[in-house]
Amino acid sequence: MNIHVLYFAILREQAGMEKEIFVTDAANPSELYNQLKERFSFSMDPSKLKVAINEQFSDWQTPLSDGDTVAFLTPVAGG
Amino acid sequence: MFELSQKPLEAIDFKSQFSNPQAGAYVTFEGWVRNHNEGKDVLSLDYQSYESMAQKEAQKIIEEAKSKFEIYDVHCMHRVGQLQIGDMAVFVGVISAHRQAAFLACQYTIDQIKARVPIWKKEYYTDGDSGWVHCEHCSKVKISE
Repeated sequence: MNIHVLYFAILREQAGMEKEIFVTDAANPSELYNQLKERFSFSMDPSKLKVAINEQFSDWQTPLSDGDTVAFLTPVAGG
Repeated sequence: MFELSQKPLEAIDFKSQFSNPQAGAYVTFEGWVRNHNEGKDVLSLDYQSYESMAQKEAQKIIEEAKSKFEIYDVHCMHRVGQLQIGDMAVFVGVISAHRQAAFLACQYTIDQIKARVPIWKKEYYTDGDSGWVHCEHCSKVKISE
């Protein structure tokens, strides 16, 4: 299935792109992050990240659907 | 109301955005870019956001503040892009009938924004180093369900 993946902050720098359509068999964000971590050698451990599916904070085990937009969010630092 | 802005916040007349004859208190918070963080001298910084999600999450926070405290309205604006020392990074303004609720709502809003809204900060230091701030302290603020 096709997943729209968005990259921000340090993950954007390490991926070298802002977004992509990633073809994957990952069942959930946890599996997806592992695939991307291996591909881009992401430095961030998933325990430090939050996941958003379609702009909502979501669980790492939430089943993914074709066309979902997924973002892995490093600790935020606004304000 | 929440807005992200590429432009400086200093020139904005925030007070004029509020209009309610029932209001007797106006509490504001401004967050500024300071020249040091965690022992390092900061030159400038970049704010980056996940804009569409930041809008949704900040709007939720504003609705929460309105339901938790006896207030009339909350306005919040956050800068994105490159900022220099002393620049205003964030503004929160609250109006209410009485001051107590406005103070509490203002603090609630800025605390939750710092903890939940997908905005990231990259600092550039005088020693040539740079890095994304991970805001360890803010991640300890309890996130409302």
